[in-house]
Amino acid sequence: MYSFDIETPKTVADAVAALGKEEAQPLGGGQTLIPSLKARLAMPSVLVSLAQIDEIKGITEDAGVLTIGGGTTHGEVARGAASYPALAALAGNIGDPAVRNRGTIGGSIANNDPAACYPAAALASRATIVTNTREIAIDDYFQGMFTTALEETEIVTAVKLPIPEKAAYMKFEQPASRFALVGVFVAKYADGVRVAVTGASEEGVFRWADAEAALSGDFSASALDGLSVPADGMITDLHGSGAYRAHLVAVLAKRAVAAAA
Amino acid sequence: MTKVTMTVNGKAVSKEVSGNTLMTEFLRDELRLTGTHVGCDTSQCGACVIHVNGQGIKACSMFAVEASGADVTTIEGMANADGSLSVLQQAFQDHHGLQCGFCTPGMVMTAAKLLEENPAPTEHEVRDYLEGNICRCTGYHNIVKAIMAASGQDVSGIAAE
Repeated sequence: MYSFDIETPKTVADAVAALGKEEAQPLGGGQTLIPSLKARLAMPSVLVSLAQIDEIKGITEDAGVLTIGGGTTHGEVARGAASYPALAALAGNIGDPAVRNRGTIGGSIANNDPAACYPAAALASRATIVTNTREIAIDDYFQGMFTTALEETEIVTAVKLPIPEKAAYMKFEQPASRFALVGVFVAKYADGVRVAVTGASEEGVFRWADAEAALSGDFSASALDGLSVPADGMITDLHGSGAYRAHLVAVLAKRAVAAAA
Repeated sequence: MTKVTMTVNGKAVSKEVSGNTLMTEFLRDELRLTGTHVGCDTSQCGACVIHVNGQGIKACSMFAVEASGADVTTIEGMANADGSLSVLQQAFQDHHGLQCGFCTPGMVMTAAKLLEENPAPTEHEVRDYLEGNICRCTGYHNIVKAIMAASGQDVSGIAAE
């Protein structure tokens, strides 16, 4: 691998200071970034590992809001988010057991891979992204695939998720990568329903407004009868056409509602 | 260069490494522990699974400096103290749970974590847990059988599919 330095700060403040260096990049669990470095898709000169910062790890719950530290691994969320079963189940199905022991929610949210699972959960769950400088409402956070509102020296310190009344995530897995070919997260709150779709769009994770409107009036799978998303703008690759992905969105949304209801 | 100190298979080790040294390189090149295999090198295949602080991880996707201070176990640390094969390793031999053997270290390390978490897994649970371990010989059936046998379950009724 090409040569670079790696720093292992113990506090957020030290990490932010290290990120001020030229061509520095934060390293979460590394399950995406390390393979990317090998392929030279990313070439920072300094990596700032966030893995030893205890203050951004752990799960707490207060007044119906789950707060998950950005450095919390998928495995820890799978085991520790019992009060939000749909989220725990999502975390427990990311990658494989070894990947789940390294990959973190903050890393996933910051990377915003168009086929990652957590962005769908965060968008459907009305999450707030907490960084070292501010709080960002989720509807302002995702800005197209691999793009977010984060600044260069901003670290996702926590993700706050209001726990819905009912929720479920359905993933149609791409068997080689174990990412979502399409994934749909449905969350029902007292004042409305949110439906977030990952894996499908060239713009990355998105909300399916028609489905949200239909489900907010009638939270049943049949409320989605006849609804579809256009194939335009859907990802087409060797794993599936845009039309196929668009079809999967409707199918998985129904299944998610049925599982949540 | 950064000095890293960790415990590997019960022994304290200390080395100067560069920032880009992966755990696979640290174990294989610095410590000459070549049982940890490198298959895909992109965290897909699982041939490099080791235990770091009691958790299974893919050594190809972790830097050595990130394991500073950690307690690490590799396949070389899985045999009994007298050098004989552990129950799990012996089960792989007894049930022909390996063909070419390249994936075997990772399979054993992953299976060991599974049996810690779930002492009597079903066949489905074993296959699910092995999702990140790929056998290019496609010898999964006997791998699953070996793991279930190692858990003390009767596998005589499991026929080849």
